[in-house]
Amino acid sequence: MKIKFWGVRGSIPSPRAGTVRYGGNTTCIEIRTDNNELIILDGGTGIFPLSQTLLKELPVTANIFITHSHWDHIHGLPFFIPNFIPGNKMILHGALDPVSGRGVEQVMDVQLQYSYFPVREAEMKASIEYVSLSPGETVQAGSATITATLLNHPVVNFGYRVECNGKSLFFTGDHEPYSNIYSPGDESYEEYRGLVEAQERMVFDAMHGVDVLIADSSYTIDEYPAKKGWGHGTFDSCMQMADAIGAKILYCTHHEPTRDDDALEREFAKALERHPRREGMTDFRLAREGIEIEF
Amino acid sequence: MNNLSEELNKKLGEAVERMPAFPKSVQKILELTRDLNCSPKVLVQVIENDPVITMKILRVLNSAYYRLPSKITSINHSVVFLGLNTVKNIALSIAAIGILPKKNAAGFDVSQYLLHSLSTAAIAKHLGSKIGGADPMDCYVAGLLHDFGKIVFAQFMPEQFKVALETSMKDDISLFTAEQAAIGTDHTVVGSMLAEKWQFPEPLINSIRNHHSEKAGATVMGSCVYAANQISKKMGYGFAGDARVESLPPAVSKHFGININLDVLIDSIGDDELSKILEHAKQFAQVDAS
Repeated sequence: MKIKFWGVRGSIPSPRAGTVRYGGNTTCIEIRTDNNELIILDGGTGIFPLSQTLLKELPVTANIFITHSHWDHIHGLPFFIPNFIPGNKMILHGALDPVSGRGVEQVMDVQLQYSYFPVREAEMKASIEYVSLSPGETVQAGSATITATLLNHPVVNFGYRVECNGKSLFFTGDHEPYSNIYSPGDESYEEYRGLVEAQERMVFDAMHGVDVLIADSSYTIDEYPAKKGWGHGTFDSCMQMADAIGAKILYCTHHEPTRDDDALEREFAKALERHPRREGMTDFRLAREGIEIEF
Repeated sequence: MNNLSEELNKKLGEAVERMPAFPKSVQKILELTRDLNCSPKVLVQVIENDPVITMKILRVLNSAYYRLPSKITSINHSVVFLGLNTVKNIALSIAAIGILPKKNAAGFDVSQYLLHSLSTAAIAKHLGSKIGGADPMDCYVAGLLHDFGKIVFAQFMPEQFKVALETSMKDDISLFTAEQAAIGTDHTVVGSMLAEKWQFPEPLINSIRNHHSEKAGATVMGSCVYAANQISKKMGYGFAGDARVESLPPAVSKHFGININLDVLIDSIGDDELSKILEHAKQFAQVDAS
């Protein structure tokens, strides 16, 4: 399996001198199976440069999996160039929105309204298919199997486990560790604690033992208290999670848009000091736009 | 006669989706959701005090879409599973429908109904935690929703329901018997059919269905809801259209001990606990508001 990061920034594209090394594009990860089948996780702005590279291998079938419907995970989709060329196929997977009751087609519909984008879906020449997944559902994309797991974010967010030929990867999309909304002494504290532990076990089981874990580490532990409930993790929470599930490699991603490269490396190094590594433990890395690994 | 036609079941299900919630909870939800950092536990409390919102959130959660290995009854569990903001947004979308009108063509007082439902819920929870063998919060939710069928009648079949309410009063027969004559079905059937249609947990469906039947005695939860309903009526906590207090069938009373009747059970709860329950219920039912 091969992966390439095309966007590692959270919230909003952040191109500037200070972000040149890690990149300013929002979330997009390209996966190639051993048979070279194409799987794309999220359609942030990183999907635009990715889609340009696909023009040399037309026709393409793109199996796209959207973690959730926030802009920074979908706003590159209208610029996915293969959609304009006949013969290509896009299969867009994602969750149903429990508030509107609509499936994943909503992420395209909302963006392709004529006032906001000049090309209507009917004018796109590729074949476009929508697959709304249920939590826990497994689907096949070529030789890979992909399983959706419901995580913790303000909107329904699926983490995806991708498995192929004995290799595995888990991408969280956006995820905040679960916490108790009650305080010790509240009547519901114990009940809630039990529910949270059960939910966390379910999530960790879904991630268990992956070769590569790619996780939302937007904040530092100092920033987190002011951002609690916003649906994002910290470097430290991702490192703890990676150790707990026995990942071989952790990539910290969804970099905070105001954090320049130097600050990013500094904060990552501090978190690393709090989680010293020994032989055989998870290898902690920062996701950077453009890097490619094979495992 | 006790089975709703497929068509009526569908019609009522769709109608409930458009059904507004109770005034106090709508007001609280609008207030809470103006604050990005609103207290999660206050929001849960508001939802737990409104049968309409609870019903609708459980409907989303237990739908086939989520493929839950075990069904969800509690709002706390819904928050852990779906996330606070999603639950908040569902609640907000329900609040946006409007408020349940205090006056309806059936002449059914929704504030008194809510007071009865909330006190039944709290008493069922108390009984459940005292005798064990049932999750107290599950008993609470079952108590909260046990009479849901009545609010559906009041909203969507007001004329027929009005006849049932009047007949029950005039002939001194229980409301569910009068409903069967006037509507062709009763609130236990409609409430449990909706719960079944929305794939609620089996014990919750059964507790709603059997709350006027000795079959309630088959489970601890069913017995707690049966007894709590009668206690609430006997104490005069709110009014849901049925003045008759039924004695506890042996199958139900056996769960609470030997020689237990309604009065003994009420004594065992104690005045302090009962007044606390009433005060809390009154806060949410807004019985004093016009």
